[in-house]
Amino acid sequence: MNTMPETPEITLEQANKLSCYHCGDVCNKGTTLVYQNKPFCCEGCKTVFDLLDQNGMCTYYDFENNPGITIKTRDFKHRFDYLDNPDVIEKLIDFSDGKICKISFYIPAIHCTSCIWLLENLHKLEPGVVSSEVNFLKKTASFTYDLSLISLKKLVELISSVGYEPEITLDQTSDKKIHSDRSFIYKIGVAGFCFGNIMLFSFPEYFHLDDVIDPGFRPFFGYLNLILALPVLLYSGSGYFISAYTGLKQRIVNIDVPLSLGIAVMFIRSSYEIISGTGAGFMDALAGLVFFLLIGKWFQNRSYKALSFERDYKSYFPLSVTRIENNKEVSCTIDSLKEGDIILVRNNELIPADAILLDGHAYIDYSFVTGESQLVFKKSGDKLFAGGKQTGGIIRLQLLKTVSQSYLTSLWNHEVFQKKTSLHLSSRTNKVSKYFTLIVLIIALSAAGYWMWVDSSKALNAFTAVLIITCPCALALTVPFTFGNSLRIMGRNHLYLKNADIIEEMAKIDVIVFDKTGTITHPESGKVVYEGDALSNKELKIIKTAVQSSTHPLSKSIEKFLNVEAIYPHPEVIEHPGKGLECMGVKIGSYVFTTGQIQQEDVDFTASDVHVSVNGLYKGRFRIQNVYREGLKELVGRLKQRYQIHILSGDNDGERKNLEQLFGTDTPLRFRQTPEMKLQYIQQLQQKGYHVMMLGDGLNDAGALKQSNVGFAVTGKNGTFFPACDGMLRSDSLIKLDALMQQAVKSMDTVKYSFIISLTYNVIGLSFAVRSALEPVIAAILMPISSVSVIAFTVLLTSWFARKLKL
Amino acid sequence: MSVIYILIAISLVLAGVFLVSFFQAVKHGQFDDDHTPGIRVLFEDEVIKTTNNQK
Repeated sequence: MNTMPETPEITLEQANKLSCYHCGDVCNKGTTLVYQNKPFCCEGCKTVFDLLDQNGMCTYYDFENNPGITIKTRDFKHRFDYLDNPDVIEKLIDFSDGKICKISFYIPAIHCTSCIWLLENLHKLEPGVVSSEVNFLKKTASFTYDLSLISLKKLVELISSVGYEPEITLDQTSDKKIHSDRSFIYKIGVAGFCFGNIMLFSFPEYFHLDDVIDPGFRPFFGYLNLILALPVLLYSGSGYFISAYTGLKQRIVNIDVPLSLGIAVMFIRSSYEIISGTGAGFMDALAGLVFFLLIGKWFQNRSYKALSFERDYKSYFPLSVTRIENNKEVSCTIDSLKEGDIILVRNNELIPADAILLDGHAYIDYSFVTGESQLVFKKSGDKLFAGGKQTGGIIRLQLLKTVSQSYLTSLWNHEVFQKKTSLHLSSRTNKVSKYFTLIVLIIALSAAGYWMWVDSSKALNAFTAVLIITCPCALALTVPFTFGNSLRIMGRNHLYLKNADIIEEMAKIDVIVFDKTGTITHPESGKVVYEGDALSNKELKIIKTAVQSSTHPLSKSIEKFLNVEAIYPHPEVIEHPGKGLECMGVKIGSYVFTTGQIQQEDVDFTASDVHVSVNGLYKGRFRIQNVYREGLKELVGRLKQRYQIHILSGDNDGERKNLEQLFGTDTPLRFRQTPEMKLQYIQQLQQKGYHVMMLGDGLNDAGALKQSNVGFAVTGKNGTFFPACDGMLRSDSLIKLDALMQQAVKSMDTVKYSFIISLTYNVIGLSFAVRSALEPVIAAILMPISSVSVIAFTVLLTSWFARKLKL
Repeated sequence: MSVIYILIAISLVLAGVFLVSFFQAVKHGQFDDDHTPGIRVLFEDEVIKTTNNQK
């Protein structure tokens, strides 16, 4: 029966080059294992595989290769304790009748078909789960579970254990979003329904059939159109009127003003014509206009579903915190915290509110707030600010403010995170619409004035005709469709932009600044090899402790490499900038620092060496490889044709020769850059009048990313979001950077062409309108055609450009 | 030709029925997610696999 040949046994040695069967990462020495003749990169992956295998769920692996997710921490012991708190539970669940509960989570790890399959078949793993449903684009999953069989905490532990840890945050109100989306769809449905039917009933008018059929039908169809147009005007189109009104109240003429004007005039004139029997009206054009406009908006909104950059501070904070009440540790929700409360913050946890440190060793990472990743050491009595992350042991804090009053919130709403934006296209569209409205009114009045003089019966006709036909719909449709399509194309190439305006900024860039570590170097680099005498476990722990409190890229590489726990509470670590670290007798750093002697050997240019000595005795060195991304040289060659390139690195200049080889000797290279220096460098460039784009890995570059005109965070597979960046570029898409920049430039060109086309339509339409010769059929033809052609033109042109750019 | 009045009335009512069912579908969340159901269709019904079964 078994027709497949026996697969050879894989040895551990062989497994070390293969990709993990579960998650696809390359198996590293030390944690690789082989199980059921398959390679796994770590115990975690093998455990998940085992779990699925024993429950007959290996179909998980059938849909995609290596669909699994590496789990960083397998210790869920106390992670989800707060889910036992009934207040928290009540906040989170959508529905409960005492037995069956329903809850939805945002699970950022969802990325493929297998994820959907596994999460929706969770009931096979755990009978307490009644059903589950995934929304792939939004990366959410909703679970219905039986309270008597499984608790919320166990449910979350279960899905976390297979790699799909949910992000549970304070900001869990998703209800309003759904309702606003739905009301939008209703509006489109109504507009479409009325549009189709009105056009149908206008056929006799188009074909001038009133000579052929009973003239009594004309008013019949007329009134039908009138009735059908009412919901379009009052319901579907209401958004535009409201927006125009609010804009005018603030003395701003936005694009919705001429739109509303056109719609209103259309309705009034048509109603008059129908009721007085003098004509058939323009109801079809009205309904069509509103319908196409709504479709444009829907298209634009569609692009943003999966990426919510619209998160305020609340979504970054954890849901609950450990508070000390009556000398007992109690889990409580974050908004129940009051001034004076005493809380515990553990390693890697966020400080929820401004507080005073009571005891514990506090090494705070404020990079989230300020972009400064230098750890700040605080002692008892010092003030700690909300948003800082503790790296170290447990600390006890007493709150000075509530969460919402804290410094972080005000900072967040402060201009620090709001970029000063130059006039963006959307506001440029508004500016154009101001002139547009003015010009249209002038033309309308002149036409009316002319006819008053020559043949006054046509004056009103001409006036209203001009207002009707000069539709700014091309203006209103161009931008959403062009940018919407380009956003979609870029997203497909794993560049996710915060909003459509970024495309306009991208097109203006003339200088690109690269961060070195993690951006142009391959993520696999930072590959560490240790050469020398074996180090004892204790020594390794000391080294780990030392590198943990340093933010130097080499320290981070060593930290990742060492598979031991650091020592808590942190002993004292002295950092000698430019030389090394010293902790409990162990010295790590440059050769001269660790041994006191100058190095004799040739310095190896592709590796950065970190030497180790214990109590004065030289032990060996960590050699850290810098592997540059494939295709980088060619990318740089292409980019240099249009942009100036600069490199900023926090590392020392050991890499200078390599970088010069890749980037050319005319590229400015700066080494040993602190986050502040990077920010200043960008500022200086901007002062010279350049538009600067910065690419960094987000951690050390938050300030520079903020400062630059366009800041992209280059991230790994599961990008971590940084509020300072304008977009996220997946690291393997970096080589497409030049194509993506070109796409932005071409999108702007498309917008220009589209405006010209719309102008042409308007001129044609005006030629009828000023002669007072605008028949309903002409308007009915011209307006949908102009809308559809603008849509088709912008979408097709941007897609065509993308195809040429091989995006 | 006056039968047209009746015909149009009927067609409007019929179209209205479709509009109402569209609203119902939206209300029941059918259009909240238009991507995942397409993927879901491709999942096969599980056949109980024994360890001897080979694909």
